Amino acid sequence: MKDVGFIALSYGLTVGSMLVFAILTVRRARTLSRSIPDRDKPWL
Amino acid sequence: MTTITTNSSRSTGTRATRVLGVVAIVLMTWVVVSGLFVTPADAVQLDSVRIMYVHVPSAWIAYLAFITTGIASGISVVRRHRSLGFDRVAGASAEVGVLFMAITLVTGSLWGRLTWGTFWQWDPRLTTTAFLFVTYVGYLAIRRLDATPQQRARRSSILALLAVLEIPLVHFSVVLWRSLHQEASVLNTDGDVRLDGLMLFTLFSGVLAFSAAFAWFVIHRQRVAALDDLRLTSGLDAALVERRAEAVTQ
Repeated sequence: MKDVGFIALSYGLTVGSMLVFAILTVRRARTLSRSIPDRDKPWL
Repeated sequence: MTTITTNSSRSTGTRATRVLGVVAIVLMTWVVVSGLFVTPADAVQLDSVRIMYVHVPSAWIAYLAFITTGIASGISVVRRHRSLGFDRVAGASAEVGVLFMAITLVTGSLWGRLTWGTFWQWDPRLTTTAFLFVTYVGYLAIRRLDATPQQRARRSSILALLAVLEIPLVHFSVVLWRSLHQEASVLNTDGDVRLDGLMLFTLFSGVLAFSAAFAWFVIHRQRVAALDDLRLTSGLDAALVERRAEAVTQ
């Protein structure tokens, strides 16, 4: 494959940034969920 | 036998969002495998065309995210005395849109280096896309100013309703002005799709993967925003009760 570095970097940055965003979201959700009672979470 | 128990109240996830997350991961895995190893190289662009399978879906879903922000903001303005739910959806969608637009700009820049020989050109499509990105970063900054959730909703809705008008300008910039960026191969005005079958299938798999990821992100981010608002208002209520108690004892 030609230009493999640029192509791999494109895929790596795409998947990596989405993973980081997902992990930060889940961590924030867990931190906040501990301080809020379940009755205030309409999705449960 | 070991029994694993989970406490769902410790997160913003439900069974439906977990299924959605798995669907997004499976689709994204397929896009990476197909985009890198299964689809053929392009006759003109050679292997650099593989960047298209992440660049184009991220751009389209960023547009979708910003349009969702605009619609949710419009509803939030109309129903401003009822609920902040639409405002939270608007904010969550803008966050995801900014992430996807950043991916679009970076992958586009890498693709541009391979096809045009440069990472950046002040070309109409690139410039308007960068302007759109900066506008929504500004939108997110406004949402983080010190304010009550109601004030935040009012301020940010107005900006979102103005910012969404930039999207047609970005999409049609390659038609309106002389541009280095190629014209649309799929979403073009003549309806002629200029892509090989497997390439088109992988591209649309990418659109589905990014759509599933977008939905998962927005659901979780708006729930996180709801928890944040609850924490803020309960903190304010507690501070008011404390202040009143102090006033009574003095």
